[in-house]
Amino acid sequence: MRAWSLIRFYTILVYIFMFAPIAVVMVLAFNSSQFGGFPIEGFSLRWFYRLAENEAIMRALKTSLGLGLLTAVISTTIGILAALALVRYQFRGKDFITTLLISPVLVPETVLAVGLLIFLRWLHMPRSFLLLLLGHSIIALPFVVLVVQARLVGIKKEYEEAARSLGANPLQTFLGVTLPLLAPAVFAGAIFAFTISFDNITATLFWRPSGMETVPTQIFGMLRNSVSPEINALGFVMIVITVGVPLLAGGAARYFARKRT
Amino acid sequence: MAGVELKNVEKSFGAVTAVKGLDITFEEGSFTTLLGPSGCGKTTILRMVAGLEAPTAGDILVGGTRINDVPIHKRNLGLVFQNYALFPHRTIGQNIAFGLKYRGVSGSDAAAKVKAALDIVRLPGVEDRYPAQLSGGQQQRIALARAIVIEPDVLLLDEPLSALDANLREEMRVELKAIQHRIGVTSIFVTHDQSEALAMSDKIIVMSAGKVQQVGAPEEVYNSPANEFVANFLGASNILDVRVAGSDRDAIGLEVPHFGVISVPRARAAGLGDAKSGRLVIRAEKLKLLPAGDAGAGVLAQGVVRAVDYQGQIARYFVQVGDMELQIMNMIDGRPFSAGDATTVAIDPRDCSVLPADG
Repeated sequence: MRAWSLIRFYTILVYIFMFAPIAVVMVLAFNSSQFGGFPIEGFSLRWFYRLAENEAIMRALKTSLGLGLLTAVISTTIGILAALALVRYQFRGKDFITTLLISPVLVPETVLAVGLLIFLRWLHMPRSFLLLLLGHSIIALPFVVLVVQARLVGIKKEYEEAARSLGANPLQTFLGVTLPLLAPAVFAGAIFAFTISFDNITATLFWRPSGMETVPTQIFGMLRNSVSPEINALGFVMIVITVGVPLLAGGAARYFARKRT
Repeated sequence: MAGVELKNVEKSFGAVTAVKGLDITFEEGSFTTLLGPSGCGKTTILRMVAGLEAPTAGDILVGGTRINDVPIHKRNLGLVFQNYALFPHRTIGQNIAFGLKYRGVSGSDAAAKVKAALDIVRLPGVEDRYPAQLSGGQQQRIALARAIVIEPDVLLLDEPLSALDANLREEMRVELKAIQHRIGVTSIFVTHDQSEALAMSDKIIVMSAGKVQQVGAPEEVYNSPANEFVANFLGASNILDVRVAGSDRDAIGLEVPHFGVISVPRARAAGLGDAKSGRLVIRAEKLKLLPAGDAGAGVLAQGVVRAVDYQGQIARYFVQVGDMELQIMNMIDGRPFSAGDATTVAIDPRDCSVLPADG
């Protein structure tokens, strides 16, 4: 009994440590006080209005959303193709290529960021949105590959063989059978890619062209002056996006899965 | 509809040769079974005909046309898998109509064909359900419907009954054969289950280690095994070393230990040639077990029951005769023998077949 209550106490402490900062940001976003901190003076949405009126932040938000969506599209497309090759085909150097694809997770982000910059310099290309997009796609790709690969291993080859035997060519088989069966993993991978891009700051600081800000770099810049209550509101919006999107997608996936059984 | 021919077909995976020197004909409209233990190459043959594997050498012909280079989706073959492989994200109707789509059949024509196929497999009205809502046996019927609705030239069945319960398997076996007979499609059936092969086939091809061991009608393969592998694989056989004791125009006299001389018709000893010794094959259910001292028909020896394996209608006895242990399966009339009983074992010479000693 004593041991259990100790464990319970300890567990609660860990959770507080993990979630208290997030909770604080979310609560303070609604604080009417001038100085983004305690004590709470009253409930107010003013910081959200201020946020909506702040052009720099709205521009950063648009950049982040566009960047995240494009990163999701690119890394998911490449990730599906890579996973197909790695799971369904035998070829030389497969293990090596797998390691290469996964390596962006293993290499420190700063090193990856500097490396890509030097490579671009060597090619005489300036920093641009395209570079940022490319970089984010590289960072997100391993997650997509891992998620899609895991699902693809579980999809029996017989489905594809049956489709082929019934007259579907390889492309029709992929679009009509493999991709629909893969859909949950594709969704999960795309959401991963989006949130990874949306949250990223380290590499983004290296890659962004001058004058372009994403939400994290914008917050970072604002923090250098003072902790404005707007940042709390922006934090709230970010949390809602990065937590809400996967939750909604998960709920939708379960809803459609239930229809079939 | 078309026959299938394999001409000197070989398939290697890297350094491993899966099948070699295959010359097989699957007659038009026939039901042919490839029978053998796992790893014997039977599935490789099926997959080569299907187009899922390319032969390393040799030709595959369907209806007289070489199809080696025809990709799978243009071969017009029906394929049924052990694990059904129904598309889980599509309804039963959509599953069955899948192949029709690529044949330009759609709308009400497709719906009518789907309905007809469901009638054939005796599962009408399940079009709007999903595969996960059906039982295993029902799913396999749908898989069959999906394969036959496209009116394939050849129906390829890869252990389609192996995932089903024993009772359902026997029911489906009768039904599958009846459906095949009705639509008359050339069928190639792969199994490791000898009773399925015997019950369903027009012709059985027994395979082992990538080679054809025997080709023949079920009763031919069962009653006159071409070699010891076939004798052992199909049912329980006793194989005894024998010496040739004499011969005339119609029969060969064989000296069988403890039994004495058995006179076997020449036709049952075709492979023996002029050899001085051979191996006598007699099936467990062809030996007769009688009470000790009983004078039955045939050639007799005395033995003692060592063990009894009671199986309801029949019993399998392990009987010691001198230094040999024989397997005997007899119907139980009244009371079965018990372990330790002294008995007489009777062989009818007409039930024996003889193989060469080195076979």
